[in-house]
Order: sequence, then C-alpha cells, then structure tokens
Amino acid sequence: MEGAWEIAFVFFQVWLSIVVGLIMLPAMFGVSLGFTDIYIKVLVKTLEWATLRIQRGQKEQAALPSQSANGIIEKDDGSMQEEIGELRRSHPKNLAGGDFTLCDAFYFCKKGIENIVEDQVTQRFTSEELASWNLLTRTNNNFCYISLRLTIIWGLGVFIRYCILLPLRITLAVIGLSWLVIGTILVGLLPSSNVKNWLSDLVHITCYRICARGLSATIRYHNKENRPKKGGICVANHTSPIDIVILANDGCYAMVGQVHGGLMGVLQRSIVRSCPHVWFERSEMKDRHAVAKRLKDHIADKTKLPILIFPEGTCINNTSVMMFKKGSFEIGGTIYPVAIKYDPQFGDAFWNSAKYNMVSYLLRMMTSWAIVCNVWYLPPMTRQDGEDAVQFANRVKSAIAHQGGLVDLSWDGGLKREKVKESLKEEQQKMYSSMIIGSDFNEASLSLLLSVSSPDDPSAPVKGSGGL
Amino acid sequence: MGSRASSLLREEDIEEIKKETGFSHSQITRLYSRFHSLDKGENGALSREDFQRIPELAINPLGDRIINAFFPEGTNKKYTAREDQVNFRGFMRTLAHFRPVEDNEKNKDLTSGEPLNSRTNKLHFAFQLYDLDRDDKISRDELLQVLRMMVGVNISDEQLGSIADRTIQEADTNGDMCISFSEFTKVLEKVDVEQKMSIRFLH
Repeated sequence: MEGAWEIAFVFFQVWLSIVVGLIMLPAMFGVSLGFTDIYIKVLVKTLEWATLRIQRGQKEQAALPSQSANGIIEKDDGSMQEEIGELRRSHPKNLAGGDFTLCDAFYFCKKGIENIVEDQVTQRFTSEELASWNLLTRTNNNFCYISLRLTIIWGLGVFIRYCILLPLRITLAVIGLSWLVIGTILVGLLPSSNVKNWLSDLVHITCYRICARGLSATIRYHNKENRPKKGGICVANHTSPIDIVILANDGCYAMVGQVHGGLMGVLQRSIVRSCPHVWFERSEMKDRHAVAKRLKDHIADKTKLPILIFPEGTCINNTSVMMFKKGSFEIGGTIYPVAIKYDPQFGDAFWNSAKYNMVSYLLRMMTSWAIVCNVWYLPPMTRQDGEDAVQFANRVKSAIAHQGGLVDLSWDGGLKREKVKESLKEEQQKMYSSMIIGSDFNEASLSLLLSVSSPDDPSAPVKGSGGL
Repeated sequence: MGSRASSLLREEDIEEIKKETGFSHSQITRLYSRFHSLDKGENGALSREDFQRIPELAINPLGDRIINAFFPEGTNKKYTAREDQVNFRGFMRTLAHFRPVEDNEKNKDLTSGEPLNSRTNKLHFAFQLYDLDRDDKISRDELLQVLRMMVGVNISDEQLGSIADRTIQEADTNGDMCISFSEFTKVLEKVDVEQKMSIRFLH
C-alpha cells in the first residue's frame, strides 16, 4: 500500500516539474517552446484526412444527406416597396401610386414563412454548424459508421483529450488562477509607484498566458501597432468569457463588470488591489449616468489602463456582430476596436448560457482540441461632428464585422432572452401605410384619369370623385 | 446543436412526409433540424409562443395570421396532438404550400388530389389569411381587421373603411358584400401567384 503511495507521489512530482518547467516558466517570459504549434499542425493534417474520408464515405453510401451549411432557402432581398410594387403591377387596377390590393398580403406571407424556415437572429444564439465533422462527438451530425480507421482516430482523440489534455489543462487553469489571486494580493501590498504598476502588469500577463496554455490557445495578433493605449476604450465582439483571456495575453486592460459572488468575486476583489478595475454593484448598473461618470473618470486619468468593454452585452456565436449598446460610445475618448474570430474547426468557443453553466462550459473548452483564433487591432476611432452615439456605435460595429468576416446585424443581442420591441413592428406598419395612402390626394385626379383613358378594361369599375 | 435531432426522425415518417408534401429527403431532415431548434420545450411540437420567438416574424404585421395558419381548426390527430400545438407533420404540411411549382409536377396524379403547392392551394392559403372565422368568405369586418393589422395606427377608421368598401366592391360579383374564394381567385387571376407565394428551397 505504501509503495503505491510513494509511486503516486513520484509521478506527481514529475508531473508538476514538467508543467512548471515546460509550460509555466516559458509563459512567464512570453516564450513559446513550440509544442502547441506542432500539436496544431498534426491536428490540421488529421482533420483534413478525416474530412476526405467522410466525403468519400458519403459518396459511397448515397443515402446519407450531405451537410451543407449554406442555409435552407434562397431569399429575395427586395425592399417592401419593390416587392409589393411588383405584386401590384399585374393586378387589374394598375394604379401608379399606392392603394390597397388583396395581393399585398402575399408579400408579408412569404416573408413570414421565409423567416419561419430560416431567420437571421435565432441562429446566432446557438453554436455554428460545421461544414465537416471535426472528430468531436459534440459536433456530430448523423454519425454513421464510415470506416474503421476513422473510428479508431476518433477513439484515440477521445482518449487524448480526456485522459491526457484535460488533467493537464485543469492543472494549468488552477495554477494560473491561484497565481493571479496570490500575485495580485501581494502586489497590492506595495505602495503606489511605477514599480507596482510594472509588477501588476507582469503578474496579470503571466497568469493570463498560463490560462491560455490551459486551453491550448493559439492566438494570432494582427496590426499590433493599433494596440489600445492608456486612457482609451477597447471594444470587441463578444463570444465567450474566454475573450478576456485572449485579449489580455497581449496587453493589460482594466475590466468592467458587475460584482459577482463566489469564485468570480474572489478574483474580482483581488485583482482590483493591484490596479484599478471598474466593478459595479447591481444597483449601480441601472443608473446610466453614474456608470458613465465612473467610466469617464477612469479614462480621464491617463495613468490607468484602457477599459475593455463588450458593447453587445451578451455572448453571440461568432458568426455575426449584433447591435452595440450606445452607452460606451457616449463617454467620449478614443475607441480602439478589436475583432476576434475563432476557428470553429478546433473547438467551439461560444458560451450558450441557456444550455451550459460556467463550469460545464469550461470543461467543454478544456476537452476540445484547441482554441485557435485571430485578433485584429483596428485603427482608433473617435466620434465625428454631427454623428450621434448610435451612428458612431454602428460605424465601429461595421468596421469590426468587416475585419472579422462576420455578418453585420442591427438586431439586439438581448433578443436572446427578451421579446422584440413593439416599435419595430410599428415601423413596418408605418412603411406599409405610406404605400397605401401615399397617393391619397392623387386618388381623385388619378381616378378621373383612369376612367377617361382606359376604356378597354371592362373589369375596372367606374370611379367617381367620391373616393376618400 | 439542432442537427443531432435528425436521429429522432424515423425513415418511415420521412417517406410519408415525402409523399404528402413533395419535399426531398435532405430538405426534410434540414427542416426537421429547424423544427427542433424552434421547439424550446423539446416536446416534439411547436406552440404559438415558439413561433413568436422569431424576431423577424414577431415584427411582421401579419405575423399572427401566418402563425395561425399552422394551427388548423379542429384536431386532426395526424398534425396536432392538442389544439394549440403543431407537430412536425403539420409543420411540413403548411410549409409544403410554398414549394415552387415545378413543371414536371403539374401533371402528376397524387393520391391526395391536387398537390399542396398548386396555384389554387397557394391562393387558398392567402385567402385564409383574411378569412378570420374560416367560413369561406371574407366579410367587410374581417377585411377591416386584417387591414388594421397591416397599417397599425397610421390610417383613420374612415379611410380604412372606404379602402375596405372599395376592395369588396371590385371583387364582389354576386352582391353579397363578401368575397368568396372564387371571387378572390378571379380578382387575382393575373397575379403571378406561383412565383410570389413560393420559396426556393435549396437541396
């Protein structure tokens, strides 16, 4: 019995020294030993092989439906005016302007059914469908047995991910987070000085790098010259809580958020000792002026780190960018937009908070192949004259969407949980009303014109000037 | 992920739906994924609230009428277990009206009579958007209610009333101040219903 314990202890020591020597120390100095790169290369080759194998298998068994992530239907993109105009052209009345016809309903009907089959919003709140399977059970659509080799590789993958990578990653995450808490508390004991700030930055970056290794994250940063500077506001599209780790690997930011309890609360309270972050009580969040004031004060102080804000307000599945809330854009100051795009082939980073809680989400992250993403730093933007906060927010959003190859939507991310605002329906009704009454005052003159100039249309009733 | 759900759909069901609606195998499985992702309660049927959760449909002025079309009156056990729920068969049956009319199908003789996506059936679908009480005629009152849905608060009662009167006047041929289905069809005979009430489904 004791022999078994000793062996276990030796194993544990070896394990720890491997972790410290090969992962932690290089992380502290920002050096990469290249293991992750090799791992990713091997993965890419394996997945390519798997894709070819699956495609071949599908051709042989023709009964398998092909997975095309291209959408279910092809939509027309005409505006309400165009579409209803076309409908009315073939109607016997043939009025040039507005007025109601029974076939107007066709437009709304078709649009409605198209949206039932495929809409732009609800698909953003679930994980993206992959074009080809990436050997993870969770992304498996219609798994049919294709070949023995594929199943073996899949089994091997399960073993590697759950038995080798998962313990390693959990160890790293635990080390990273505890080092963050301990380190920041220690730094917090120092008096304010340049040394304190430098140490605080070092502690933060080291810990986030360890956490990144804990996810096997490969991050490529583009345009580093546009990196956010002190006194500015960094805005980015939001996919998961991991975004913070991704961005903080390459720079130090002041976080903004609500005060939480539990483990998050411990983290929050400790990191705020070493450098100022902005944490709000739940009651404070409701007062928009108080929030704006605190943020303004923070960025006015040029020694404080740039604020990191996710204006979407909720996690979206990384295929689109949804409406940016205007609050962050009203504060003034320079905005540094950042676009983050994850490669879904290696692991789905999206946090579907309705389906998974934080712990199961992190476990899923740690049992994926890896997290691979690209981060683009965009040139800084400021609000121009004559532009209000909403227009500015949309401009920044478009820039981020364009850079990241994401769809630019103006729908509110809050629709994940809430109903759509009535005012949007009223807009549609207003638009349609203008098509009916648009030619109101033309009605009388037009009907006179018609009754005179179209004698060969027997079905058109004779119109007097009674009309409207 | 919705696609997993296609394993819950049996081959026999797919074949039956294929025969009834004319959709292809892959279209049916993809629409089943969609059905499953809308079915938040995971009970194999959609309620009105499930449809209302689609924002673009919720802001459609005729959204409620379109949703209503999925819930036919009376409980035909094949399509609805309860009156306020529609199962996948019922879902597909309603969507089938919007399949494009393909040339080689125009002369096909289906056991159930006319195919669901024929011109007449498409027109009937639109007719039922207006016919609120399903009595096969559109009364002035019903037309007014639907018009009110489409224009919101932007047009006065009098204006709307005269629009309704004029529309009925043009369409009504037998003088009963209502629009029957045949009168409806006659008024719209020149409209390209096949194109305007069809959706291009990808394979």
